[in-house]
Amino acid sequence: MTTKIALAGNPNSGKTTLFNELTGSNQYVGNWPGVTVEEKNGTLKGSKDVIIQDLPGIYSLSPYSLEERVSRNFLVTEKPSAILNIVDGTNIERNLYLTTQLAELGVPMVVAVNMMDLVERAGDKIDFEKLGKWLNCRVVGISAQSGKGCHEAARLALDYAKERKRGETPHVFTGSVEHALAHIEESIQGKVPTESIRWYAIKIFERDREVIGKLDIGVGLMKHLEEHIRDCEKELEDDAESIITTQRYEFIQKLAQACVVKNKKREKSTKLSDKIDRIVTNRILAIPVFVVSLLAMYWLAVSDGGPGTVLTDWANDEFLGDGWFLPWTQHEYKSAPDVKDEDKPWFEGMDYETASGEFEPHGANVEKWREAYKAAYDEKHGEGKYAEALAAFNEEASEKAADGEAFEGSEFEVLDEQLARGVKAEVWLEDEETGEIRSGKVEVENAKISVAECECEEGSCGCAGCICSTKPEGEDCPCCDSELKWTCDYAMYQVSASFDEPDPSSGFGVWIPGVAALCGSFCEKVGIAEGTLAYALVNDGIVGGVCTVLGFIPVIAIVFLFLSFLEDCGYMARVAFIMDRLFRGFGLSGKSFIPMLVGKGCGVPAVMAARTIENKRDQRMTIILATFMPCGAKTVIIAMFTAIFFREWWSVAAMMDLAGIAIIVLGGIALKKTRAFAGEAAPFVMELPAYHMPTIKGIAIHTWERVKAYAIKAGVIIFPACVVLTLMMTFSWSFDVVEDLDDSILASIGNAIKWFFAPLGFGTWQGAAASVSAEIAKEQATATLAMVAGGEGSGAANILAMFKALDPANYKAAALSFMLFNLFIPPCLVAIAVTFREMGSKAWGWFAMAFQLFVGYVVALNAYQFGRLAISGAFGVWTAVAIIVDVFALWAIFRPAPKAKEAE
Amino acid sequence: MTLNEVKVGEKATVVRLTGEGAVKRRIMDMGLTKGTAVAVVKVAPIGDPIELDVRGYSLSIRKDEAAMVEVRMKTFER
Repeated sequence: MTTKIALAGNPNSGKTTLFNELTGSNQYVGNWPGVTVEEKNGTLKGSKDVIIQDLPGIYSLSPYSLEERVSRNFLVTEKPSAILNIVDGTNIERNLYLTTQLAELGVPMVVAVNMMDLVERAGDKIDFEKLGKWLNCRVVGISAQSGKGCHEAARLALDYAKERKRGETPHVFTGSVEHALAHIEESIQGKVPTESIRWYAIKIFERDREVIGKLDIGVGLMKHLEEHIRDCEKELEDDAESIITTQRYEFIQKLAQACVVKNKKREKSTKLSDKIDRIVTNRILAIPVFVVSLLAMYWLAVSDGGPGTVLTDWANDEFLGDGWFLPWTQHEYKSAPDVKDEDKPWFEGMDYETASGEFEPHGANVEKWREAYKAAYDEKHGEGKYAEALAAFNEEASEKAADGEAFEGSEFEVLDEQLARGVKAEVWLEDEETGEIRSGKVEVENAKISVAECECEEGSCGCAGCICSTKPEGEDCPCCDSELKWTCDYAMYQVSASFDEPDPSSGFGVWIPGVAALCGSFCEKVGIAEGTLAYALVNDGIVGGVCTVLGFIPVIAIVFLFLSFLEDCGYMARVAFIMDRLFRGFGLSGKSFIPMLVGKGCGVPAVMAARTIENKRDQRMTIILATFMPCGAKTVIIAMFTAIFFREWWSVAAMMDLAGIAIIVLGGIALKKTRAFAGEAAPFVMELPAYHMPTIKGIAIHTWERVKAYAIKAGVIIFPACVVLTLMMTFSWSFDVVEDLDDSILASIGNAIKWFFAPLGFGTWQGAAASVSAEIAKEQATATLAMVAGGEGSGAANILAMFKALDPANYKAAALSFMLFNLFIPPCLVAIAVTFREMGSKAWGWFAMAFQLFVGYVVALNAYQFGRLAISGAFGVWTAVAIIVDVFALWAIFRPAPKAKEAE
Repeated sequence: MTLNEVKVGEKATVVRLTGEGAVKRRIMDMGLTKGTAVAVVKVAPIGDPIELDVRGYSLSIRKDEAAMVEVRMKTFER
């Protein structure tokens, strides 16, 4: 026979921690009220036939909120074998209020006073025996966090369940109330289960319609009882519900005086919790503290050079890439053998990475310089003339060099080997905007040439990155007024670039090959040739897709770690407190902010957390808005795009969260002004839990659970998705293997819908495919991009190149638009499914989708159109459309509120 | 007077609750019943809600809801 033990208690009293302790599972625990939304079951560790049920945290068994109704219906109709009532020992008065109600249900009950470690540390004393006598049940002290006393409490509850040991209901009520209750009990005897007769009597006294509706009492009797209730109300000058509540608390007050000894000294000294609170919810500091903590999180996670990016770079390039040295084992990973060459003393003694990286940042510039020179020459003299001339020059040069003669005057001299000789040359550069060819002298002295870079945005001044300049550092760029920043020794650059990478696995330390390298060698061993489907599956599916997603685990872990800390320490409830007024401005309560903060982690629990909002209208609105908060998976998109496109502005990442909040706020204001959502805000009566320092174990479990879920998702959802996408990329509609990606199934689908994305700046089949596949799981957007970008380099480099090819001048605007679009359109399919379920009707579900798609599209449209306008001054039809839509949005936000419909 | 009129740092005793239904019941369930001692601890940055100290814990409540709680100032106790 299975025994069911229900865990009941106030929100935030440690039920879930106890549940985890008893069942050995790792459920999610947070330090704010209402974390547990659905009841969870688990079996007691060591005894398979005992089921532990974690009920949602409730303050009372009133009929007014959903969880309370769910809990009481469960307790009354399903009758668990026993109730284990968890009471927060640091807050005993309010917690025992629920206990007095539970005691009336007629279910065997054991009271476990939790947080005894904190009670003892505060110097308070609780007399369990006395408490037990007052409540007519066994009371034990436990500490769920350390596990002390938990299993004993469970065993006790088990014994009670087996013996069906029920205490008499405690004597809570006095005087005429008790008299009236006794009278009610008498008259309903036989009509309700005997063991819970007191509960029914009280519910009748309180005029609880839900309970009375289920009973068969009869109008006559009801009328008679009503008289008694009225008399009682008249005598005590209060309504029935208030009378019951007041008497309960009066009973508890007496009980607490008898059983609890408070440490008097402690009372007077300020608690640490209050001290923290004085800063965190300070009238002036509160909002800055909130913003700064968000910024700190993102600084750690995604800033250039911060721990998040360092680790992600390592994960992407080394762990999941070619391979890495075990720390502290690497030695003498030195440069190419010819480093001791007397021509290159500069590099002597440097290891390979330093030497080859020395001039790397300027490589692209040098290459550009050469290309531009070549193009300008061909332009002037005819196609292909440059190659001819170079060959002729080389011949002449080598002849002269053989004769030991100095060489002067040719325009080819700036190129390649000739650079080292010390020459003068004239270069032509094409002005990108006017097409005019400019010329300028290039001075080369003492076998050195310098390449400089001006401060202007690459190409924006029309000088193709200022490759035209060979002026020394500090002077002005000849084509724009900015100062030249860097000079690169061309000859040195040549040498630096010519070093061959030594094989890291041959004797430089303990070399651990990366996942990509392993996949490569696996293919080689098994005999999978490059270009086959299997090779594509392994390399694009695993390396290109899954690894791109897994590479962001460090960033995700830091974000989750931070959130876990904020949640566990008790800050989240304060955030609701701080934000309530703001949220009320658009008709929601600070409570709606909690689903939105949960949404920072994942949209699915966020949508479910909205259940704690009593008012259906507010719940729907919260659901629609909650998923605008960038979730963990969306953080991958943010992290990746910041890392690729906005490294220098890491605050873009934090900005995305603020953008999410802004959309929620403005969207809320606009929605509230529609007929469907107008009305008064739901009440905001909320406990602010005491701060506590979260345990390292708690945070670690919490973070690990989320990271694990993320990693599993990469395997269970992302991998199959990548496989399907690979197949769609490999085949054409006639199931022939395609040569060119552009002929693939994926490309044709993408091409069919790309018009939709064109105004957003990424109207290519790649952009379309990535955005659509992101609905599987948001991080798929990055995986798909990496797969469809093609190219030789790393996923990130290919994506950068792809966006640059899209719109060379405005690629950042397009990237921003892509990111915003994927952040703010409807969430992933799982979250959409939950949204439909929680909305309660298909029509509402579709409304949510339509609204979210509209918002996401408009935000992205704005980012691209106005970004482009700002960068290159382009104004098109869609810019006009963006302005019109914005005007509409502003109207929707700022129009006067129409007359509110009557509340439901 | 009502609870929303109590200044930060001041203490009061609940006399009775006006209003009815869910909000009233919730306020009572959270421990604000007749005769309860309550202190106003602070006000949120934008002026609402307020934080109360009641029955040894912190409760946050909006001013609108606090207006439903009739109180008497506690002058005899410091």
